[in-house]
Amino acid sequence: MREVAVIGVGLTKFGDRWEAGIKDLAAEAGLAALEDAKIISSEIEALYGGIMSSGRFTDQEHFAALLADQIGLKHISAVRVENACASGGSAFRLGYMAVASGMHDIVVVGGVEKMTDVTVNEATTALGGAGDQEWELSQGITFPGLYALMARRHMHDYGTTQEQLASVAVKNHGNALANKYAQFHRKITIDDVMKSKMIADPLKLLDCSSICDGAAAVVLAPMEIAKKYTDTPIKVAGSAQVGDTLRLASRDSLTGIAATRIAADKALAQAGVERKDIDLAEVHDCFTIAEVMGVEDLGFYNKGEAAKAIAEGETMIDGKLPVNTSGGLKGCGHPVGATGVKQVVEVVEQLRGDAGARQVNGAEIGLTHNVGGSGATVVVHVFRRAD
Amino acid sequence: MERGVAKTWRSANARYNLTGVQCTNCKTAYFPPRMVCAKCGRDTKMVEKKFSGRGVIYSYTRIFVPPHDFTEEAPYTVAIIRLEEGPLVEGHLVDGKKPEIGASVRAVFRRMYTEGSEGLIHYHFKFEIV
Repeated sequence: MREVAVIGVGLTKFGDRWEAGIKDLAAEAGLAALEDAKIISSEIEALYGGIMSSGRFTDQEHFAALLADQIGLKHISAVRVENACASGGSAFRLGYMAVASGMHDIVVVGGVEKMTDVTVNEATTALGGAGDQEWELSQGITFPGLYALMARRHMHDYGTTQEQLASVAVKNHGNALANKYAQFHRKITIDDVMKSKMIADPLKLLDCSSICDGAAAVVLAPMEIAKKYTDTPIKVAGSAQVGDTLRLASRDSLTGIAATRIAADKALAQAGVERKDIDLAEVHDCFTIAEVMGVEDLGFYNKGEAAKAIAEGETMIDGKLPVNTSGGLKGCGHPVGATGVKQVVEVVEQLRGDAGARQVNGAEIGLTHNVGGSGATVVVHVFRRAD
Repeated sequence: MERGVAKTWRSANARYNLTGVQCTNCKTAYFPPRMVCAKCGRDTKMVEKKFSGRGVIYSYTRIFVPPHDFTEEAPYTVAIIRLEEGPLVEGHLVDGKKPEIGASVRAVFRRMYTEGSEGLIHYHFKFEIV
């Protein structure tokens, strides 16, 4: 296998992008990534696009081919990748594999979701398809409902409190203040979270990531030619994807996601680094409870100990382990297909030293953690500086 | 969304009667029915298994923002129940006693939702705190 580097990244502003259709969003991020990599279109051999439900949200399927054309790529291999909220991470891993295997040299990976052209109930139905439609969604169990069931049991088993969960939202909204691409630029308090509208008890509106529009893209190249394009290539040091049952109740435990633990072990082993070497992590905080379980399952905290540590500030930008410096899904918004790729963009910017007010001092190794559904797909990547 | 009746009809035995399957080799019971034992793989037979409907609440939530089909039903409480035969199963809790993890429940047969004013009426097992 060849070593692979990220040589370019691009993002759109996340949020209610009423002026932009799905094609506009995808092209905006794609062109920004090509510009960042200073690459000419004819060098690009393949495109992988992470999109959860363009059909349900915009009536448009067959999206990868459309996207390739939108950013001026002619006659290339273009593939849409769908793994619910892990669509972006899964697309990134396929792009990585395509370059690592030697099949392709320059590959673009994109992620996009245009969610605000449908009603909230319709979007809730579409997102519910990330779980087991036949037994969960068919009984009215929404996606927030699944995480609420996990949160309730986590609170029961470990004494996790709603205020501790709220502290995840407060931290991530705080980080988003320094990210111009984030949907939310508003400082919030524990009290704001506690008083926000109930969605699925105990999860309130500000415990949940938002339904919004946005796109992200990166350009990958074999390490041996990466320096031709950039002085700061970022190496994809470890890549793992692990699955589990789609249906939450089919699993042994509701207080964690087993696939996260296994994927982290695999990705870290490939990268040859230990957990203590990680300088920052982008963790899949689709709900506040998801970040708590995420940092536990990734092995940064023992089970039941993360919520207290987060509330005490250990995962803030200047803390022991900065988590979601971008603002996470909570602060940036969660345009589903874009999220896994956006996480990569954040880690690359941090490792390049380009993160501005969000910069983690001396960051050399970073990790991304992207979860599909209630944990049926988990994608973990480890990145490190390669200059 | 309007759908054909077959989608509901084909799983009626499981939905109406809380019927799953059991592995003839390791005796693990499953709900919903599945073709292959998650432990033994495909070298074993699965036979139909009707559950007693008795169990305890493993976790629960009250849903305030529903999917499209449940607009008229919200808010409603759903739980994951540990059935006495072993498996976890998700289902609605009928209104009544305040839910608590560990509370005993029994399965009951109820209306779930109706597709619009003239569509199919969906029935399903739900759980009642005893």
